[in-house]
Amino acid sequence: MKEDINFREDFPILSQEINGKPLIYLDNAATTQKPRAVIERLSDFLSEENANIHRGVHYLSMNATQSYDESRSCVANFINAEHDEEIIFVRGATEAINLVARSFCSERLGPDDEILVTEMEHHANIVPWQLVAGEHGARVVPAPITDEGELDLAQFESLLNERTKLVAFVHVSNALGTINPVKKMTDMAHQRGIPVLVDGAQAVAHQKVDVQELGCDFYVFSSHKIFGPDGQGVLYGRKEHLNGMTPYQGGGDMIEIVSFDGTTFRSAPERFEAGTPNISGAIGLKAAIDYVNDIGWETIHEKESLLLSHANESLTKIPSVRLIGTAEEKVPVLSFTIDSAHPHDVATILDAKGIAVRAGHHCAQPLMKRLGISATTRASLSFYNTVDEINQLAEALKEVTALFES
Amino acid sequence: MEDLSDLYQEIILAHNKRPRNGEPLIPCTHRAEGFNPLCGDKLTVYLRKEDKQVDEIACSTEGCAISRASGSIMTTMIQGKTVSEIEKLIEETKVLLTGDEEPEIDLVEHGDMAALVGVRKFPARIKCATLAWHALEAAIKGNNVTTTE
Repeated sequence: MKEDINFREDFPILSQEINGKPLIYLDNAATTQKPRAVIERLSDFLSEENANIHRGVHYLSMNATQSYDESRSCVANFINAEHDEEIIFVRGATEAINLVARSFCSERLGPDDEILVTEMEHHANIVPWQLVAGEHGARVVPAPITDEGELDLAQFESLLNERTKLVAFVHVSNALGTINPVKKMTDMAHQRGIPVLVDGAQAVAHQKVDVQELGCDFYVFSSHKIFGPDGQGVLYGRKEHLNGMTPYQGGGDMIEIVSFDGTTFRSAPERFEAGTPNISGAIGLKAAIDYVNDIGWETIHEKESLLLSHANESLTKIPSVRLIGTAEEKVPVLSFTIDSAHPHDVATILDAKGIAVRAGHHCAQPLMKRLGISATTRASLSFYNTVDEINQLAEALKEVTALFES
Repeated sequence: MEDLSDLYQEIILAHNKRPRNGEPLIPCTHRAEGFNPLCGDKLTVYLRKEDKQVDEIACSTEGCAISRASGSIMTTMIQGKTVSEIEKLIEETKVLLTGDEEPEIDLVEHGDMAALVGVRKFPARIKCATLAWHALEAAIKGNNVTTTE
C-alpha cells in the first residue's frame, strides 16, 4: 500500500475547484462522495432497467425485482448476516432506529424501565428512545465516557440492571471517531438477557463489520455514509426477533391478506417494507459495497491508518489546536477546538480555501455538554483523502490562528 | 468565494475579542434568548427599560465571531434610544443584512454595523449576524426565546 495510489480519480466530484481552489473534502462523516461505479450503476438502472418490484410479470419488473433481491444478499454478505431476510431496507440509520424503538422496544417498556445508551450518542440514537420511553414512564440512561472520549466500560456494566430493557450504542462516534468495544458491550448485556442495538452509521465505511461475531440483535447503517446514494439505509435484525415484531408502517407489499375484518402480514423483510421502496437506492448501495469490496479492507485500513497518524501528528504540532476525542481505537475523524476562533469561523475560512469540514455540535449536544464545549470543528477523512490535503488543512489552521490571535 | 477580509474585518475581530456590554445585566426589566439550533449559537439580550426608553442593554453571546460582534455592535447603538427608535433600527438592520438590494453604506449612519454588511456575501453566516437583533426584537416585545434556523 502506497500513499501514491490515487483513489480520488474514482470520484468525479473531487476533480472540481471550490472558491478557486481544488476541493479538499474532509466532511466524510456527514456524507461520503460517490464513486463513478455507483453513479454509472444508478444511471444505467434508471436509463434501462427501471420498473416497480414484486408486482409485475413483465420482463423489466422481474429484472428489477431480481436486482433488488441481489442488493439484499449483497448487504447480508457484507455484514455477514446469517440470512438475507434479516436485512430490512429503510430510509437510513435514523429510520432503522425508530423502527426498532416502535416495533420492538415499545412493547417491552413499563414504568421506571430503562434504555441504556452512552454519552457519545448521535441524537438519532437518543431521541427515538426518549419518544417511546416517554409513553411508558420509562427513561433513557446514558453510560458515561472518559475525558479522552472512550466509554467507561466498568460504569457501563454497572448500569445494566433488571430494569434495563434495551441497550443501544454507537459503534463509532460521529463526533470523536472513537470505536467502541461492541462485542464486549454486547456480551455484558446478553449475560443479563438484554437485547442490543448498534448504530453502525459511522463504522461501515472504515472497517469490516461482522454482525454474527459482534453478536448484536440489531445493527443499523445508512448507504450515503458508505459511498452509496442517500435515502437508503439498512436495518439488520436477528430473525427470531423480526417476525415477532409489529409492523412499523402499513401499506402494499407487507401484507398477506387484507380484508375489513382484519389483515395478516408477511414475514421479514417484506413485513417492514410497506409501499414501493427506494429501489434505485438499494441498487446503488450494492454498487457501493461492490466498490468497497474491490478495493478491499486491508487497503482501506492501511491508507486510513496512515492518514490518521499523519493528521494526529500535524494537528498536535499546532499549539492553538486542541484535539477532542483521543481514544486509543478510532477511525480518522479529528474533532478539535481553537481557543481564539469559533468552529463556524474556522469552517468559513477553510471553505474559502476549498476545504470542506463540519462545524457545530454534530447532532451530539449531550456529548458537547459532557465535554464542556459548545461545538467543534471536525475533519473526517476517507481513504480517498491524501497526506497533502492534511498538510493544507494544517497550514490553513495556522492562518486561522494568526488571524484571530492578532 | 468572496474575499474573507470582507467578513473578518478588524472591527469585527475587535468586537469578537472584547465584546461591549457583554456581561449579563441583572436585574433587568426585559430579557430574551436567541438560539440557533443548527449551529448552536446562543445569546441573551438584557434590557433595562423605563417608560418608552431603553436605558441599558447587554448581550452575552456564546457563539462565533460574527454573532458576538453583531451583538456587541448592537448594544452600542441601542443604549438610550426610545422603543420606536429601536424598532426602526431593527427594521433598517434587517434590510441592511438581508434586503434584496445591495445597501448603500453611510459610515456615519451605520457606524460599526457597516462592517457587518460583508456577511451578505456569505449566505451560510447571515443568521449569525441577525440572531442578536431577533433577540432584541423579542425582548422589546416581551417574548423570552427566539430562534433562527
